[in-house]
Amino acid sequence: MKPRVAVFKFASCDGCQLQFLNAEDELLKLAGQVDFAFFLEARSRALEGPYDIAFVEGSIATPDDARRIIRVREQSRYLITIGACATSGGIQALRNWADVEEYRRAVYPSPEFISTLSTSTPISEHVRVDFEIWGCPVDKNQLLAVVRSLLSKAQPVLPAYSVCMECKRRGNVCVVVARGEPCMGPVTRTGCGALCPSFNRGCYGCFGPSNDLNMASFARLLNQQGVAGDDAVRRLRAINGSMRPWRETADAIADEKK
Amino acid sequence: MPSRTKKNKTIDINFLPRVEGEGALHISLRDGQVAELRLEIFEPPRFFEAFLRGRDSREAPDLTARICGICPVAYQMSTVHAFEHLYGITIDPAVRALRRLYFCGEWIESHALHIHMLAAPDFLGCESVFAMAEQNRYAVERGLRIKKVGNAIVAALGGRSVHPVGACIGGFTRTPSREQMADLREQLLRIRGDAVECVRWVSGFDLPTVNRDIEFVSLSHPGEYPMNEGRIVSSKGIDSPIDDFDQVFEEHQVPYSNALHSMVRERGAYFVGPLARINLNFDRLGKDIQSLARETGIPWPNSNPYTSIVARALEVLYAIDEAVRVIDQYQPPSTPAVRFEMRAGVGRAITEAPRGSLYHFFETDDHGLIRSVRIVPPTSQNQARIESDLREMVPDIVQHPHAAATRMCEIAIRNYDPCISCSTHFLKLEIRKW
Repeated sequence: MKPRVAVFKFASCDGCQLQFLNAEDELLKLAGQVDFAFFLEARSRALEGPYDIAFVEGSIATPDDARRIIRVREQSRYLITIGACATSGGIQALRNWADVEEYRRAVYPSPEFISTLSTSTPISEHVRVDFEIWGCPVDKNQLLAVVRSLLSKAQPVLPAYSVCMECKRRGNVCVVVARGEPCMGPVTRTGCGALCPSFNRGCYGCFGPSNDLNMASFARLLNQQGVAGDDAVRRLRAINGSMRPWRETADAIADEKK
Repeated sequence: MPSRTKKNKTIDINFLPRVEGEGALHISLRDGQVAELRLEIFEPPRFFEAFLRGRDSREAPDLTARICGICPVAYQMSTVHAFEHLYGITIDPAVRALRRLYFCGEWIESHALHIHMLAAPDFLGCESVFAMAEQNRYAVERGLRIKKVGNAIVAALGGRSVHPVGACIGGFTRTPSREQMADLREQLLRIRGDAVECVRWVSGFDLPTVNRDIEFVSLSHPGEYPMNEGRIVSSKGIDSPIDDFDQVFEEHQVPYSNALHSMVRERGAYFVGPLARINLNFDRLGKDIQSLARETGIPWPNSNPYTSIVARALEVLYAIDEAVRVIDQYQPPSTPAVRFEMRAGVGRAITEAPRGSLYHFFETDDHGLIRSVRIVPPTSQNQARIESDLREMVPDIVQHPHAAATRMCEIAIRNYDPCISCSTHFLKLEIRKW
């Protein structure tokens, strides 16, 4: 029996589940190895659980979704979050620092029709998560590597150290040292292939915090580069801003300013 | 599913499959008349227009890209263009050409995705691309080959195909090397034949034949097929500069619906996307493509929304040829991105996303921080039109058994390649269980 795979979407842009369809060279082979029992973006047939593997894209941002994720968990043996939204709350977690009532009024003429939570939270705040794949979007090769591990009944492993390591390996000139450009690299998880420095710009943290970061030192570095106050806060509060080490540093800088 | 008599009937599609994002359709009939018709969008609101306020304008292209994983290039570029107007930036002609290449990449990948993975299965009696591959692996592999080259173009300019990182206000952070360009050229030439076959393949589908009273809207540019510049034109006489978007269109809420509908002022629903672009800019496609288009037997312009899939396939071919042209004439710009001073002001832009015109409006303060934002995605512009199509179909739908009726509705919606994730402006009224 092929493992039954489901792909669920919560508050998100679809870009992470799109990475399955962007695996042009592997997609048909993959479809031979697993049974996509539930994958609304790709197929009309939608089978009920139980599922062997559930990939979850998107954050929890409505009361309805907070209930739906519980049912997804109940039906899934192995639950994997794909991407920044599902893993950290995503860019829409910027509402966590705002007055959501005001947001509703700002965007919609009839705000009373909008059902929303005042926060956007990661899946792990609602149910147990077995594995997390970071990135905005997830890297296609990381996604496929995780699928391959699971197909061979091995625990998936992805590196969690800083993207600076990868940047050095690629032989990039350090944008911080050479150009004085602010870069989130020292506190950001590897996985993208050090794209931004390869494109002559600082990293903006779309893979979330690394596990070996030193926030105090990073905050000093930003300060030395003249990135302070609101500017520093904005850099930390972006795509993965609600993750603890970044959140705490940003909150401290914001408090200091007050 | 309750379907009592022909006169009183409901059709519910609780989860529209094979569209980007999540939506549902509810139609109910009383005494043979449409009592209610709702295309429901239950995408959770993400409040982009709210949280972008207070952000630095230089961050904006990275942030607005996140509205849509399928067409991030169009989101970035509408943002970039709006700020370039705001700051009075003139870009290098070579950068302008690279941006056309960037759009070609996104059109190729997004259109190839829609044609092969979302729409074609409908016409071949398959529930998915996976099922279709069992019947016709050749066509699926051809589609994947085309799509892959589109993604390669976006990645060459932006590092990756979803949320690329290379575009910025003033240009690109890095321009491609000659070797990269030569490699892309080779890849493009390899799929040109595939793209021609694809046009013939989709025009052979059993497309429903209808003729509707539709106002088609797209950008139009005197010298080229529209992508990121031009005037707003329509098949009913609109011809206005982009800055007049709000004078031409208005967004409003209707009581039966869950979405902000964008309408032509004092006229109503309109249609954006590949069919609108081809209808309004046919003579700006290459001569080869024009003859291939005529060869399909479909008249251009035409008012049958179901010919959108053919329009999409023709645009894939156009994008391949245009990309090769840009590569052949490429001279690297003197600098990848021009410098600029930030200031207070307002800027507007429209670019042609794969699924239609995408409008952005930004207002900044003296420091270049964003004060207000408005984003009108193609799907919210098409929403009223989709609902009109469905209303017109109802008399026919009621004659069919439920499964066939459902399929007809899905095809009608999918035809617009709706991108429901672009949820900046969608509302939600009803909660449905999955």
